[in-house]
Amino acid sequence: MGRFFKRNKIKRAAQSLASVLVTLLLLVTLTFFLGQVMPVDVVSRLVGPDADQATYQATYERLGLDQPIIVQFGIYISRMLQGDFGTALLTGHQVLDDIVRVFPATIELGTLALLIGAGIGVPLGVLAAVQRNRPADHIIRVVTLLGHSVPIFWIGLMGLLLFYSYLGWVGGGGRVEIYYDGLVETRTGLLLVDSLLAGDTEVFWSAVRHIILPATVLGYASMASLCRLTRSFMIDQLSQEYVTAARVKGVSEWNVIWHHAFRNIRVQLLTVIALTYGSMLEGAVLIETIFAWPGFGQYLTNNLLLGDMNAIMVCVLLVGVIFITLNMLADLLYKIFDPRTVQ
Amino acid sequence: MSAQASEVPAKRKKVAFLDREATSVTEAFLQRLLVGVHTFLSNGLAVAGLSIILLLIAVAAFAPWIATHDPNLQNLSMALKPPSSVNWFGTDEYGRDIFSRIVYGSRVTLYIVTLVTITVGPIGLIVGTVSGYYGGTVDMIVMRITDLFLAFPGLILTLTFVAILGPGLEQAVLAIALTGWPAIARLARAETMTIRSSDYIAAARLQGASSLRIIFGSIIPVCMSSVIVRLTLGMASVILTAAGLGFLGLGAQPPTPEWGAMTSAGREYMLDSWWLVTAPGVAIMVVSLAFNLFGDGLRDVLDPKSK
Repeated sequence: MGRFFKRNKIKRAAQSLASVLVTLLLLVTLTFFLGQVMPVDVVSRLVGPDADQATYQATYERLGLDQPIIVQFGIYISRMLQGDFGTALLTGHQVLDDIVRVFPATIELGTLALLIGAGIGVPLGVLAAVQRNRPADHIIRVVTLLGHSVPIFWIGLMGLLLFYSYLGWVGGGGRVEIYYDGLVETRTGLLLVDSLLAGDTEVFWSAVRHIILPATVLGYASMASLCRLTRSFMIDQLSQEYVTAARVKGVSEWNVIWHHAFRNIRVQLLTVIALTYGSMLEGAVLIETIFAWPGFGQYLTNNLLLGDMNAIMVCVLLVGVIFITLNMLADLLYKIFDPRTVQ
Repeated sequence: MSAQASEVPAKRKKVAFLDREATSVTEAFLQRLLVGVHTFLSNGLAVAGLSIILLLIAVAAFAPWIATHDPNLQNLSMALKPPSSVNWFGTDEYGRDIFSRIVYGSRVTLYIVTLVTITVGPIGLIVGTVSGYYGGTVDMIVMRITDLFLAFPGLILTLTFVAILGPGLEQAVLAIALTGWPAIARLARAETMTIRSSDYIAAARLQGASSLRIIFGSIIPVCMSSVIVRLTLGMASVILTAAGLGFLGLGAQPPTPEWGAMTSAGREYMLDSWWLVTAPGVAIMVVSLAFNLFGDGLRDVLDPKSK
C-alpha cells in the first residue's frame, strides 16, 4: 500500500509539473507571436533613421528577420534557454539585467503593501464576520466597497495632495530624498534593509517617509479584497457545529473566534494572500508612475510608452511566470497545511 | 432561492397576485419577476446603485443640455480658475470648463462599458458553453487558453494588447474585451458542466434536438443569470481599467474628455489647483461604486446561491 501511495504522489507531482511547463511554453509562444504583430520596426529603431540601405539590410539579417517565422521562433526559444533575453532600447542594457536592478524596489513596496493590507484586512474581516449585519459590519462593508471602486491612481494623487503637499507628513516621489540617493551601498536592493545594514538611520527614516504612502495606497486595494474573503471564510466557520459545541462548553468568545474558528481558515487565507501578492504587480504599474518609484511597474510603463516590444514581452513573460509560481505555491501550501487534501 | 422564499410569505398576505398558483407560463414568469423586484427594492444600496447608473445614462443622453460650456472650448484667459458659480468645478489648464468635460466624459465611460460588455458577454458565453458541452479535446484546448489569459493580472495583459494595437479609445476597448472574455467563459463552462448531464438535457437529446439547439435553447438560458451578474460586477473593473489606461496615456487621447486622462493631465497643476484631479476621480469612483452596488443587488436576485 505504501509504495502505491508514493508512486501515485510522484505521478501527480509529475502531472502538475507538466501542466505548468505546458502553460509556460504557451506563454512563451504567445509573447513571441504578440511581438510579431507589434507594429514596430525594430531594425530602424536599432540603426536609426539615417542609416543606409546596406546597414539596414545587414541588421535585418543579423536579427534573423529574413528567416521564416518558425525558424525565428526556434532561435527565440534557444536564446531564451541560454538566458539571453535581448537588449532594451530604453537603457541599452540586457533586459534581464534591467529587471534584476529595478525589481527589488517593487518587492519592497509590494511586501510592505501586503503587510499593511493583510494586517488590517484580516482582523477587519474577522470583526465583520463576528458582528455580522450589525453596524460595524456595515461600516466595514462600505470601506471595502470603496476599496473596490476607487481608482488606485486617484487615491495616490489625493494622498500626495493631502499628506505631502498640505500636511508635509510624508516624502514625495522617489525612494529617498534626492540628496541621500546612492549614499547607501546596495546589498539586497531593498533600501530599508540596506540602510539599516549600513547603520545609516537618516537614510532609513527618509526611505520610510517615502515608502509609507505608496505602500498604504497599494495596500488599501488588497485590504478590501482580503477583508471580504476573510469575512466569508469566518462566517462559514462560525456557523459550524464545533463552534456551538465550544460555546456550550463555556469557551470564551475570544478563544472561540481566534483559537477555534480562525485556526481553520488559516490555510485558505494563506493561499489567498499568496495570490494577492502577485496582483500587487498590477497596482504597482499605476502607483509607481505616480510616486516616481523606480521599480518594475515604471520600467514596464516606460517601455510601453516607447513601444519596445522585446522588453515588454520579457516583462510580460516574467509577470506570467511569477503568477504561475505563486499559484503553484498556493496549491502546495494547501497540500502541506491541510491534511484533508491528501488522500 | 432561499432568500426569495423567506421574502415571499410576508408579502403574500398583501399581494394577492403572488398568492395564486400560476396557471400559465406568463403568470409564473410575472410572479417570479415581481418577487425579484421586491427582493431588489428591499436592498437600499442596490437601489442607490441603480439610481446612479440611470442618472449616468440620463447625463450622457442629455449632455448638450446639461453641460454649461463647450467641453473642448479653450479660453486661456480663464485657465486654472477655482470652482465658482460660472465654472462649477473650476477650469483646467486650457480654461475648459471641468463640469462640462465631466458631463461629456460620461458618454466615453458608457461607450467603453457598453462596448466591452456586449463583446465579452456573448463570446464568453458561447466559448464556455460549447467547451463545457462537448468536453474532451475542445474543452482541453479552450481551458488551456483561458488558463493562459487568467495567469496574468488583468491590467498587465490589457497593457500588452494596447502596446500592440496602439493607444486610443477603440484600441483600449478591444484590449479590455480581449482580456475579459476568459473569465466569463470559465463561468459559463462551469455552469454547463453541472447541467450537462441533467434529465431535461437528456430529454431534449432523445427528442432529436441537435447539439446547437440544445446549447442555444436549453443551456445558454440557464447560464444567463450568473453571466449577467458577473458582467455587471465586471463593469466596475472595466471602468477602473479604462480610467487607468487613460491615466497612463494609453487610452482615450486628448482632447477627448475621458475621466482618467483628465486626472492625468491635471497632475502637473495639482499642487496649486486641486480641483483639476478631484472632480474626475470622484466621478470614476461614484460610477464604479454604483456598478458594484447594483451588481451585488442583482446577484441576490438572479444568483442567490453564489452569495
